Amino acid sequence: MWLGLLLGALACYGLKLAGLSVPRRVLENNRVRRISALLPVALLAALIAIQTFSSSHRLTLDARSAGVLAAFTAVLLRAPFLVVVLVAAATTALVRHFV
Amino acid sequence: MESVVDWPRQRASVIRDAVGVGLAVGALGISFGALSAVFGLSLVETSALSLLMFSGASQFAFIGVIGAGGNPLAGAAVAALLGSRNALYGLNLSALLGVHGPRRALAAHLVLDESSAMAIGRRDDRSARLAFWATGASVFVLWNLATLFGAWGAAALPDPSALGLDVASPAAFIALLAPRVRSRGPWVVALAAGAVALAAVPFVPIGTPALVAAVGIALVIGLLPEVAD
Repeated sequence: MWLGLLLGALACYGLKLAGLSVPRRVLENNRVRRISALLPVALLAALIAIQTFSSSHRLTLDARSAGVLAAFTAVLLRAPFLVVVLVAAATTALVRHFV
Repeated sequence: MESVVDWPRQRASVIRDAVGVGLAVGALGISFGALSAVFGLSLVETSALSLLMFSGASQFAFIGVIGAGGNPLAGAAVAALLGSRNALYGLNLSALLGVHGPRRALAAHLVLDESSAMAIGRRDDRSARLAFWATGASVFVLWNLATLFGAWGAAALPDPSALGLDVASPAAFIALLAPRVRSRGPWVVALAAGAVALAAVPFVPIGTPALVAAVGIALVIGLLPEVAD
């Protein structure tokens, strides 16, 4: 656990520092710019899918998907960040309680 | 123009915004701390994540892998990959901040979604720099306090999963993703990455499907000329 934790923390810090240290010219490379813009999109979407519809090695459909659907709706309605998270948690909690 | 005229008022407004952002992030920090406890991380491990990794999305991703029963090293890889967007923020911030040596080392730790957004949105350099430092400091203090509070609180609750805390993480990711998918290209990337990740679930080690999908899709589409635009 600690090895992963510290390596992850170190990598995150290193990336932040690298951003401040590397010359801006790197950004002018088209491929670097495109991949660095797409990577967070792909990763966030993949994580949303995994954390909503899977548990260990199985695909699942449970109370989490209701919460995530609620979060998606809240985002469409331009709700603030915190409201999005609270609406999602409350929805999942209600579904767990009543279904 | 007005920015030069009334600096004290400008400064007060920047600081007020910074505290506001810190409070909002702090509320998310409570759910991070609680979820981390639910996923079996100790109070010390949870706090170490908030102090050292200090990047909400990466931390949620890391404990997500642990909670699913994955290898901590896979968690570290996902966290690092998510943290790569901070490098991009840094590239945009470095000229603005103009920091070197120890100040740069300190500034780097405070490069976040929030501090970058608050700084890059300002009209003049002086308030942009203040916005970066004030937001970074406010988020650091409140995020860490909230983490502790959440981790302690969860330990006191009989069944924290009844609160639906486990969707705080994907919900936060949706809020982070939304401003990045304003055109068709990124939507295609997002849907493809989600689908590939789910398809990989039965076959690759726990904690790695998102990694596999994201790197694969971003590379393939990023290297194709002009498709994503």
